[in-house]
Amino acid sequence: MIRLDNLTKVFDTPKGAVTAADHITMEVPSGEICILLGPSGCGKTTTLKMVNRIIRPTSGKVFINGEDTTDLDTQELRRNIGYVIQQIGLFPNMTIEENITVVPKLLGWDKAKYKERARELMRMIALEPDAFLKRYPSELSGGQQQRIGVARALAADPPVMLMDEPFGAIDPINRAVIQDEFLKMQQELNKTIMFVSHDIDEAIKMGDRIAIFRAGNLEQYSRPDDLLANPKDDFVESFLGEDRALKRLNLVKVRDMASEDIGTVAPDEDLQTALSRMDDHGYPGSIMMVNDRHQPVGVIPRSVARTTRGYCRDHFDTLPAIAQLDDDLRKVASLMFAHDMTWLPCVDEEGRLCGQITQRAITHHLGSRYRVQQVETVAEV
Amino acid sequence: MPVQNMKGALRLLLIVFVFVAGVWVQASGTLDELLFYLPDVQYLVVQHLWLTAISGGLAILVAIPLGIMLSRPSMVRFAESAMQVLNVGTTIPTLAVLALSMSFLGIGTVPAVFGLFVATLLPITRNTYAGLKGVSPALREAASGIGMAPIQRLFKVELPNALYVIFAGIRTALTINVGTVPLAFLIGAGGLGELIFTGIDLYDPLMMLAGAIPTALLAIAVDALVATTAFVAVPRGVNPSRA
Repeated sequence: MIRLDNLTKVFDTPKGAVTAADHITMEVPSGEICILLGPSGCGKTTTLKMVNRIIRPTSGKVFINGEDTTDLDTQELRRNIGYVIQQIGLFPNMTIEENITVVPKLLGWDKAKYKERARELMRMIALEPDAFLKRYPSELSGGQQQRIGVARALAADPPVMLMDEPFGAIDPINRAVIQDEFLKMQQELNKTIMFVSHDIDEAIKMGDRIAIFRAGNLEQYSRPDDLLANPKDDFVESFLGEDRALKRLNLVKVRDMASEDIGTVAPDEDLQTALSRMDDHGYPGSIMMVNDRHQPVGVIPRSVARTTRGYCRDHFDTLPAIAQLDDDLRKVASLMFAHDMTWLPCVDEEGRLCGQITQRAITHHLGSRYRVQQVETVAEV
Repeated sequence: MPVQNMKGALRLLLIVFVFVAGVWVQASGTLDELLFYLPDVQYLVVQHLWLTAISGGLAILVAIPLGIMLSRPSMVRFAESAMQVLNVGTTIPTLAVLALSMSFLGIGTVPAVFGLFVATLLPITRNTYAGLKGVSPALREAASGIGMAPIQRLFKVELPNALYVIFAGIRTALTINVGTVPLAFLIGAGGLGELIFTGIDLYDPLMMLAGAIPTALLAIAVDALVATTAFVAVPRGVNPSRA
């Protein structure tokens, strides 16, 4: 847990005092990722760097796991906080192994232990230890370097991590991959993380909570879904963008939205059964055909079922698209638009049909949250 | 490849030239006359190298700590002006420095070593300072951020990353030093300058060459020695010549 209590930083500049962070009070619960988000110069980086005293606070306190850090020795404090910066900052004079083991060495671990830890971390970030440990940072790609940067921060297993735009310097394709890897790691590691970003999409993807900063003030601190559904004021709203309703699609998985109620036919049933089952379920266009393991194999269009006689197995169309249970709604919506469909069948990990997701359900979900918010606001008034 | 052919041809030409020059030196008796000075040269080379070693060694011992000190954040207000003073120091010709140090310290080895020390000091200090200042702020932030104390940061991160530049300074400084030692003869410190200046005074070109050629060879040898040391001592990750 990281708790900031009235943390303030005033810089003395030739033009007079500038308040970079103004009485920031917030709390990041254990095991969560908190994204500090805002335009440049808003105080998000200053706030982050006051936690490990790269920038000394003018006033206010930082608590880590309930302990006031004000009286802790600076080096001691920093060694127990993982720190990742945008420029990566691997030491070019050291091998990858030396880079990763810097903090354990500072903490006085014995050799066998930190060597083993380096190999463990390399496996965790999916880089082959024997191939990489003896190489130098300049011999690695940007993406690999930043993975090492993350590994170095994790080396001494600190409970808390600070990340300053860690994936900002990486090309978009690699960035998405590293973000996914990092989230997967975080599921096991459960670190308490403060993460600076200026990219709203990254914030929504990575954050358990998002703190929006503006001109040294904490404007809004909420969960991504709440933030998108209910921005506090015009600034937050404009920062989130006109398409914020669409951004919420990222946050919902098919699993949470799929309706289990779906009518199907088997290949050896005849087309009239298919037609009547369509009517029973009220499907206007078509019905799914599944095999004996309940895997979708095709669709029977209503037009075919009405005008032709025979068995389903002889008259089906191929499936244009399928949604996985772990896909997010953004991907599903994209598939629907691409294939001009108003619904998609959903399958589980083994490819078995387990429900469907409709465009109506998606719009209803996005809309319902707004309606609830509106009702609440009216009630407050 | 035409370029390789050109290179090959040039190399061949050079070998032929060296060979012809060798034959000429041998045939005209110049070689024998030069070898006449061999015992002098041997004695003076040792003296020459001592002067370089002592003045250069002292300069390294003083210049590197000085450069480190000036690069510290607490010194930021004085650093630039101190570098300016040192810069002015180098614009004074070495001969003048030697003359000045002679007028304070008298004749002999001590004023010579002092003069050479002053001339050698600046390139090393400047490169140490510039090398340390050139270490990227991101590296310094990373080092502090993961909990290195300032002294650990200096030795584990800043110096290794500045080492290549520092060695470049040492290389320049020592090469200049070896080339300047002959002037020390003028204030009575010996060295190969004895043959060079005496040769000039006596209109004896061979005597002058007997001093000048070993001086040139020594400068090349010292340069190569420092370059080799840098090649070995600078970590592979920050060593452009080992990339």
